[in-house]
Amino acid sequence: MDAVTQLQRQFVEYTTSLYREGYLDDQFTQLQKLQDESNPDFVVEVVTLFFEDSEKLLNNLTAALQQENIDYKQVDAHVHQFKGSSSSIGAERVKNVCVVFRNYCDEKNLDGCVLCLQQAKNEYILIRNKLEALFNLEQQILQAGGSVPVMA
Amino acid sequence: MDSSSSVNRTVGMKEEVEDERPHVLVVDDSLIDRKIMEKLFTNSACKVTTADSGQKALELLGQGEEYKHTNINHQGPKINLVVTDYCMPGMTGYDLLKKVKESSDIKEIPVIVVSSENVPTRIEKCLEEGAQEFILKPLKQSDVKKLRCHMHFTQSIKGRFCIGRYWDSWRQIRGEM
Repeated sequence: MDAVTQLQRQFVEYTTSLYREGYLDDQFTQLQKLQDESNPDFVVEVVTLFFEDSEKLLNNLTAALQQENIDYKQVDAHVHQFKGSSSSIGAERVKNVCVVFRNYCDEKNLDGCVLCLQQAKNEYILIRNKLEALFNLEQQILQAGGSVPVMA
Repeated sequence: MDSSSSVNRTVGMKEEVEDERPHVLVVDDSLIDRKIMEKLFTNSACKVTTADSGQKALELLGQGEEYKHTNINHQGPKINLVVTDYCMPGMTGYDLLKKVKESSDIKEIPVIVVSSENVPTRIEKCLEEGAQEFILKPLKQSDVKKLRCHMHFTQSIKGRFCIGRYWDSWRQIRGEM
């Protein structure tokens, strides 16, 4: 098997596993479908925005939960934004943590919120690493002269 | 700041045709969502302008403070459809919808409200206020295709009708394809 075919197969297997394990959902596929020759880096651009946005939000959440008098409305506003952006790019596991997080905000449950924040950070790091690995594979395929398989 | 439509300008006859593409105003405080919606609509052969707030949207619709006390027609771009997020800080999508429907010169522009939350009372409220549709985020290409029939063309075509599925034949007649 030549290098390109091997890389393509790796790509397909890796992508499939990300969907199967719930890291990504259909919305990510929708983003890939939007990408075309007029905007060949669309997915990377959107995901990069997501990474930047997420890091800011996670920092804001950390600070908000360390206050003497916690403003749960503010915490909820940040989580709402995080839920929205993760949902928009198809980061399913991050989104799911945000749903639980918002419930704890409603209840003003500090322990629950702190737990969710940690989970959100973990899930964010996981999806960031996985997407970076995916983009890396794409680059390798392109550099080897091949084309990136289109996932149905 | 967001750029407006990312469509490449071409010279000659095509420029005139380009201006007649439906012009969509996308309003959302999330940069990620603005970028995605812009691409969704551009891929559906629309021209897109984005705004990060209801206030900015009203200015683009020619309803900013500076137009209120003048007698001239607003100089804003002709918008055929407004798509607004519901949850925005300051002026919400609902507030924006109300202002559009209360204004004498832009109330005819269809407004679509989008939201990540499925709240029946919210949906009813928006539809009662005159929203054309309420769609759950995240939007897909199929949602956008269905919205084409809501777009009003204010240039050569007067009055409302569903042009969606006739779009391709119309373009053929015009020699675009």
